[in-house]
Amino acid sequence: MVLLILAATGLAGASALAPAGPGVLDGAGILEKSQAAFYYPGADMSARVVMDLITAEGRKRTRVLTMMRKNLPDGWRQRYFLYFHEPGDVRRTAFLVWKHPDRDDERWIFIPAVNMTRRIAARDSRSSFVGSDFSYEDVSGRNLAADAHTLLREEKLGEAVCFVVQSTPKTAADFSRKLAWIDKATFLPLREEYYDTRNQLARVFTADRVETAGGGKAAYPTVMKRTMKNVQNGHRTEVVFETVGYDLGLEADLFTERFLQQPPQKWVR
Amino acid sequence: MRWGALCLLLLWPGCAPGEVQFHGFVMGNVAVRTTGERPPHGEGGVFVLGEERLRLDVSGATATGRMLFLAKGDLFHDAVSNRVEGDVREAYAGFRGGPLDLRLGRQIVTWGVGDLFFVNDVFPKDWESFFSGRPMEYLKRGVDAARVQYSSRPVNLDLIATPFFRADALPSPRRFLLYDPFAGVASREERKPPARAANTEVALRVSRRAAGFDLSFYGYRGFWRTPAVAASGDGGAPSAVQFYPRLVVWGASAQRNWLAGVISLEAGRYDSRDDRRGANPPIPNSEWRMLAGYQRQLAADLTANVQVYSEVVDRPPRSGAANPDRFRGIASFRLTQFVAYQNWRLSVFLAYSPTADDFFAQPEIWRRLTNRFSVAAGANIFSGRRETPFFGRMRKSDNVYVTARMDL
Repeated sequence: MVLLILAATGLAGASALAPAGPGVLDGAGILEKSQAAFYYPGADMSARVVMDLITAEGRKRTRVLTMMRKNLPDGWRQRYFLYFHEPGDVRRTAFLVWKHPDRDDERWIFIPAVNMTRRIAARDSRSSFVGSDFSYEDVSGRNLAADAHTLLREEKLGEAVCFVVQSTPKTAADFSRKLAWIDKATFLPLREEYYDTRNQLARVFTADRVETAGGGKAAYPTVMKRTMKNVQNGHRTEVVFETVGYDLGLEADLFTERFLQQPPQKWVR
Repeated sequence: MRWGALCLLLLWPGCAPGEVQFHGFVMGNVAVRTTGERPPHGEGGVFVLGEERLRLDVSGATATGRMLFLAKGDLFHDAVSNRVEGDVREAYAGFRGGPLDLRLGRQIVTWGVGDLFFVNDVFPKDWESFFSGRPMEYLKRGVDAARVQYSSRPVNLDLIATPFFRADALPSPRRFLLYDPFAGVASREERKPPARAANTEVALRVSRRAAGFDLSFYGYRGFWRTPAVAASGDGGAPSAVQFYPRLVVWGASAQRNWLAGVISLEAGRYDSRDDRRGANPPIPNSEWRMLAGYQRQLAADLTANVQVYSEVVDRPPRSGAANPDRFRGIASFRLTQFVAYQNWRLSVFLAYSPTADDFFAQPEIWRRLTNRFSVAAGANIFSGRRETPFFGRMRKSDNVYVTARMDL
């Protein structure tokens, strides 16, 4: 039987960022627990991800990738490794991301056709992640301090009782506010609505399937299927975790140039 | 049965079907010269390129990942010369143990931080491919080498030994209109460095991370990859000899995040061993090569890259030298815009040399039509008032190209 650990308890650095009164969670405190549950569960994670980009007319483009992530012991720093299996013209292409919450991330790309590793400019975290409706921030988390968070209410979304938290960017961004429905039990976001600068609904995130998952030593509540829909043009991106594992003991060396060129077979099969 | 035969063929221990992957694509490339001129004694009329390619890509690894192999080859029909040919792009076996990675066989190696400017990347390039619109991956040619990489936190070492010399593939006078000082010479001889132990090329890179920089130091001992041309012919018919003088390169590069972008710096010292005093005109003089670049995202899916590249030759070249200018500077600008969920990519690469007053532009539109099918169209545009070493001498070879690729 797998061991279920409540995700929010796993993060040592969480309390340092936005202390809330004991037993009372404000908007920022909820968002912090939510980020911990959504982006940080376990010491590390590996997932095989199928991403379908679907136009309003129903035309579909598919990306298949392996995503690996490791939390660093201090604070909210993380390392990400993304390895593409499909489509064929980007097969074996790999990204390495060193995520720094307080400054620009560092990103490298490995282009297999010419065996080249390059650092790439990574300023705009709002830009599209590999052409999908998700931004880089949607994939790896947005700096909590960049927004002001307000708990609006609690309400039921389906069976789940949720906090509804509004986040407003402190400096100009491509969205004016975000509403998030956060499951009180798991702290996973079940629905998010992004409003554009004219306060029109622009994008909607939905957690379509949540399971306690993980093939390794541990399992955590995981969004196994999610959708980001651009409600203004009808385009959407569906992301399915085919497999997911936590606390696998991913070595720190995995997140270096060496493994960009030739990732260990067992992780990217 | 087939699998068994393949395993045997590759002497592959522990090979299982699930661990061998087959991939590939079919690609068509066509490039048409737009200047209306045709190279004398050339082939293909206005066509610089017309070909169909089949890529086969086989790779595999043992379950532990300790041993692996990769073989990538193209079978292609060159419609301009009506020949069917093969090209082994890469074919190597590898071993990984502890901090060591070993690879033996043909492999593509790319070093340095430049975008189309190569300082410490001394490995062979195919400029004819590049200037006739084949995809970027064909710019690099593999080397038949043994490669050892040692990775550790304080330092990474990368050592490549190549006993078999491969030259750059330069635009050929059969497809490009080139100024050729030896045009009247019927007899030409190419003398490649023979494959001897003493001629083994050695390239070394030492790299580590320091103060947010990716720092690398490079060394290379081998040969210039572009030929020197000297007149020969003792009394009889004039003839020309192409040869590859000895070369030693030392250099360094640094790259880091800076001002919301990425800054790149690289320098290299080219020591022309066969003519260190600069007395022999056909042999390139020793020189410095330097590069500074800055890449930044201007908006979502829009990236710009600016570079300044320079070559400073030690001594003013004598008349008849391979490179007429002592100082050469080139500024380049690349803009890449993805559109419509990255199903379209618009890009342009511009390079201008104020010292030679010549210019090169490569605009391209790429479109992904399905998961497997993509097309690209672009142009190679050259200009220059004189026969300058690179872009000016190509000024009658402007071309437009189209590429279509279907993944298998």
